[in-house]
Amino acid sequence: MMSKKKLATVWLGGCSGCHMSLLDIDERILDVVKLADIVKSPIVDGKEMPEVDIALVEGSVTSDEHFREILHIRKQAKTLIAFGDCAVMTNVTGMRNYFPLKEVIDTAYVNAVSNDAEGELPNHPCLLKLNDKVVPLQEVVTVDFVIPGCPPDADTIFYVLFELLNDRLPDLSKVKKLKYG
Amino acid sequence: MDKRKIMISPVTRIEGHANITIELDDKGNVSDALFHVNEFRGFEKFCEGRMYTEMPTITPRICGICPTSHTLASVKACEMIQGIQPTYTANLLRRLMHIGQNLSSHALSFFHLSSPDFLLGYDSDPAKRNIIGIAEKFPDIALRGIRLRKFGQELSERITGKKIHIMGIVPGGMAYPLTEDNRKALLEWIPEAIETVQIGIGIIKKFMDDNEDMVQTFAPSATLYLGTVGPNGEHELYDGKLRFIDEHGNILQDQASPQQYLDFIAERSVNWSYLKYPYYKPFGFDKGFYRVGPLARLNVATKMRTPLAQAEFEIFKLLNDGKPVHGAFYYHYTRLIEALSDVEDAERILNDPQVTSLHIQHHGRWNYEEGIGSSEAPRGTLFHHYKTDETGKLLKVNLLIATGQNNPSMNRSVLEVAKQYVHGADIKEGMLNRVESTIRCYDPCLSCSTHAIGKMPMVVEVKDRNGAVIKRLERF
Ligand code: SF4
Repeated sequence: MMSKKKLATVWLGGCSGCHMSLLDIDERILDVVKLADIVKSPIVDGKEMPEVDIALVEGSVTSDEHFREILHIRKQAKTLIAFGDCAVMTNVTGMRNYFPLKEVIDTAYVNAVSNDAEGELPNHPCLLKLNDKVVPLQEVVTVDFVIPGCPPDADTIFYVLFELLNDRLPDLSKVKKLKYG
Repeated sequence: MDKRKIMISPVTRIEGHANITIELDDKGNVSDALFHVNEFRGFEKFCEGRMYTEMPTITPRICGICPTSHTLASVKACEMIQGIQPTYTANLLRRLMHIGQNLSSHALSFFHLSSPDFLLGYDSDPAKRNIIGIAEKFPDIALRGIRLRKFGQELSERITGKKIHIMGIVPGGMAYPLTEDNRKALLEWIPEAIETVQIGIGIIKKFMDDNEDMVQTFAPSATLYLGTVGPNGEHELYDGKLRFIDEHGNILQDQASPQQYLDFIAERSVNWSYLKYPYYKPFGFDKGFYRVGPLARLNVATKMRTPLAQAEFEIFKLLNDGKPVHGAFYYHYTRLIEALSDVEDAERILNDPQVTSLHIQHHGRWNYEEGIGSSEAPRGTLFHHYKTDETGKLLKVNLLIATGQNNPSMNRSVLEVAKQYVHGADIKEGMLNRVESTIRCYDPCLSCSTHAIGKMPMVVEVKDRNGAVIKRLERF
C-alpha cells in the first residue's frame, strides 16, 4: 500500500466558493481522506504549515500576509495548485486594481451612505495590510498546476486530486466542464 | 497597569481571516475582547462604472457560501431600477434555489462544523473533532450531513446547471426553467432530507438537555433582532418586509420596506476590524445592537409557514414564554428548525403545477436611477443599494452584509465567554474551543471550511504589556 499523502487547502483573497466547490465532491471526500490526511484547511495564518504533498490555494494575493503565506506554502508544498480563477488570474478579486487603494478603502469605510460620522479606518496592528495591487499566485511563486473556474467544477477538482494522490498526472483535456468563470 | 493580552489567531473566517484578542487586567481577569475580521475586497468601489445588470453575476462572488442571497438582493435592486416584477414561476424557482442554499449552508454549519462538539465533546481530541472524526465514529450521521448539503446544492444545479455562483437569475425572472425530470429527481430527496434534519434536531435537543447549564449561560446577552417576515408576520427568507423587535419582544418596526433601510440602520467603521459595526439607528451605536440570522428570524416571526417547522417553532417559543430567546447557543437549534421549514417548503413548491412553466421572465429596461434589494442570507438580512446614471452605469454601490450585523454581538459574546472561562494564564484547550464555538454559533462565513475538512489551528498567547509571552497554547 502507498503511504498516505498530506494535503493542504488554503484560502487567500477569494470568496470561499472554491472551497465550497471542493465540498461539493460530497461523499467522495471520504475517498480523498483514505489517500491523504488533510493537514491544513483552509487556514494557515500565523501558523507554520507542515510539509505537504499537495496544496490547493484559493484566491489572489491581496495583502502583506497573503504574500508571506504564499511564499511559505511554496516552500512546504511539493505540488502547488492555483485553485480557481482568483488564484489563476485574480478574477473578481483583482477588479479593485483599476482604482487607487485609498479610494477603495474610503468608499467602504468613510463614504458609504450607511456610515455614521464617527468611524475610524481599520488600521489595528492585528489587521493585514492591503497591497496596492492584487496579483495572481504565479506572479509571486511558481505554480505547478492550475484548475480554472469560478469556482472550478467539483468533478474536476476531484479528478485532479484523485490523479495526483495516485501519483498520476491529471490530464485536463479529459474533464467535462473546464472553463474560466 | 499591567495589561496582558491573549491572542487567538486565527479563530475562524469571515470572508477572510479572523482572530481574537483577549485583554486581561492586572488581576488576570478578562477586561476586554476584540474580534478582528481580517479581509477586505472592495466591491463597493470596483463595481462603480459597471452596468447595473452585471451585478447579479458579480456580487455572488462576495461569498461562496451565500452567493444566491447576494444574487437575489442584487436582482431585486435591478428590478426596482427597471420598475418590474418577476413572473410567478420565476419567484417559485428563485425560492427553491434560495431554500437550497439556506439548507446546504445550515447542513454544513451543523453537521460538518458543529456536530463534532455535540457528538464527540468540546474537550475531545482536537485532531478528531471534525467531520472526518464524525465519519469514523458515526458514519451514518456524517454521510447524512454530507447528503443534506448535497440536496441543497442540487436545488440550484438542477435549475441553472451550477451549484455555486449560479447564473440563471436575471432581472424580471429566470433564464432557465425547471424540467419535469429535474422536478421529479428533486422531489425524491424530500423524505431523506426531512429525516436527516429531524436526526439533527434530536442531536441538538439531547445536547441541550444534557448540558442545560452551559447552554443557558452561553453568551446569553439580550439584543434587538431584525428579520424579514411575510404579511402576517410569518417566517420569510426570500421576499417580505422587515421587522425589528426589542429584547422583550416588543415590535419596534413592522412591515418596514427594505427600501427604507437607511432610516433604521447605520454602521460605524472601527479601527480593529475590516468588518463594520451596524446598529439600529433610532437607539444609537451603544444601545442599538441587533442580531440577524436564524435565531433573529425565529425571534421576530409570529409563525412558520410549514407544519413540522411550526410544531418545532412552538417548542422553541416555550423556551422563554414566547419572548425572544437570547442565548447564542440557540442559533444551532433555530438553524435546524429553519432547515426543516426549507425542506417542507421545497416540497410544496416542487408540487406547484406552475413550477415547470416556461413563463419565467418579464423583460424590462432601465427606468429609475436607484435600486435597493434585500434577502435573508443564511446568516441574516442582506441589503444591496445601487445608484446609476441614466445609461444604467453604477455611480454608487452600498452593501450591508448579514454577518456584519452580528459583528457587535459576536464581539460581545466572545467577551462574555472569555470572562467565564479565562482566568489569568490558566487556559485550557477546551476553553479555546468554547471561545471559538461562540463565534461558530453565529456561523460566520468560513467557519465552515475550517472545521469541515480539517483541523482548526489556533494559537493563544498570554502576553504581558511588553509583549513577552507568559503562556502559549497551540493546537493543530
Ligand atoms: S474563483 Fe470564484 S469561487 Fe473561487 S474564490 Fe474566486 S470568486 Fe470565489
